[in-house]
Amino acid sequence: MNVTQAQFRNAMLDPAAAVPAGIINPDGAQAAKRFNVYRNNVAVGLTEALEAAFPVVRKLVGDDFFRAMAGVYLRKHPPKTPLMMFYGEAMPQFLRRFPPAQSVPYLPDIALIELRMRQAYHAADSKPLAPEALASIDPEALMSTRLRFAPAVHMVRSDYPIHAIYRFNTVADAPKPAMRAETVVITRPGFDPAFHLIDTAAAKAIATLRDGKPLGEAIATGEDTLDLGAVLGLLLAQGAITGIY
Amino acid sequence: MLDATPPSSLPLRPGVGYKPQHYTQIMEQAGPLGWLEIHAENYMGDGGRPIAQLRHLAERFPISVHGVGLSIGGEGDLDRDHLARLKHLIGWLNPASFSEHLAWSTHDSHFFNDLLPLPYTARTLDRVATHINQVQDAVGRQMLLENPSSYLAFTESTMSETDFLHEVVRRTGCGLLLDVNNVFVSATNLGTSPQAYIDAFPLQAVGEIHLGGHDEDADETGAPLLIDSHGREVADPVWALLDYTLERSGPKPLLIEWDNDVPDWPVLAAEIARADRALAKVPA
Repeated sequence: MNVTQAQFRNAMLDPAAAVPAGIINPDGAQAAKRFNVYRNNVAVGLTEALEAAFPVVRKLVGDDFFRAMAGVYLRKHPPKTPLMMFYGEAMPQFLRRFPPAQSVPYLPDIALIELRMRQAYHAADSKPLAPEALASIDPEALMSTRLRFAPAVHMVRSDYPIHAIYRFNTVADAPKPAMRAETVVITRPGFDPAFHLIDTAAAKAIATLRDGKPLGEAIATGEDTLDLGAVLGLLLAQGAITGIY
Repeated sequence: MLDATPPSSLPLRPGVGYKPQHYTQIMEQAGPLGWLEIHAENYMGDGGRPIAQLRHLAERFPISVHGVGLSIGGEGDLDRDHLARLKHLIGWLNPASFSEHLAWSTHDSHFFNDLLPLPYTARTLDRVATHINQVQDAVGRQMLLENPSSYLAFTESTMSETDFLHEVVRRTGCGLLLDVNNVFVSATNLGTSPQAYIDAFPLQAVGEIHLGGHDEDADETGAPLLIDSHGREVADPVWALLDYTLERSGPKPLLIEWDNDVPDWPVLAAEIARADRALAKVPA
């Protein structure tokens, strides 16, 4: 009796399925508990990878909820590559549609921050632009200057106070979150990703600059409250800009 | 098929599976530790601390790259993208050794993060040999293939694991990574003799030996079921099986594997010291 790898996979991912005929113990009998070693290894291994990847999501929903949710996720979205450090790419979209998670509407955006922080950790190294480089450009030329961003830079915009919620769950004595929309920008000065709360005007300006538009356009599309000096100061200090063109 | 070359250029000393939490102790230690093994997939990001640390480690220690994601025993074709990532890593790191597993882990483009078993037949032998030839051609060097830990058997198998490995070596020129804990686990689980397995193993092709810890359980009939957990010290009967093996193979590079519930460095250092004593007993 041949066992195909599709049969093995199907039975492995479905705890209620029968063990494929053709899999035996040394006495030639059916080997359910032996087959369960693989069921267990795969489910536990992928669940632990998700626990390591989304510690704040896990804290927000509790261990039991997270484990049950991970069991659904890993069967619906098994890894597509052997690079486990990137596993969980579909978690934000999955949580948006996962019925039991609907009572925690900010959960998908917290998952997205955790995913982007991990991607930032493994992003390509880059040489930051020296902060003086912008200061030496005359104001008119500066308006047509475009910025090149480090591969580790990400931005996450949310209708919820994601910066405050993330901090409240990771930093001792952080203040309790108050309801408002928040945007964070993720950077990697050195080897450890960092994330920063930015206001709506700064978020719009950074989005414009990341689209490859010049500084003048970032100012024009920005709001009155935009403090471009502060935005550039943050980006330069964080090593988020690698060049100008 | 590649020309016969020495199975690896790792030193005949103990090595350890590298864990980032031990970076400082490893860089500062002055014990018998002679080399490090990394899981290839953990160093396939684009940059950041993991790759920077690996560059520093590689200046101090010979590195063994141990892949867990190629799915050499898979029914489908090898993942070309993954093979390219492996080629890139081996290209810049130029490790002392590269090894992978006699197992499958990917099906229909999904990776299951575990080493899954295959039956030993003429058909699976053709497939494994073809995949190993493709890997060795792609990375331009010989690879070592590791024997699995077995929990169950397939009715369709027509040859023993050792006969299968003999034939793989003959057809591809690959070397072997002999995991003596896996030998002990499989023999216990399948009711066979671990010494007879070693006697039948092509020891001349072995470029590296693995030692890891296992957990003890039982199946529904009450028969022992050992689990290859890599989460504790190497068991005494596995150390005895190592001595039995080294008496027949001569000295080999020995690796301590500890991947789950990773202990503080002194616990690993004690296992490394024990491996060093086992090697010291063997006439060169």
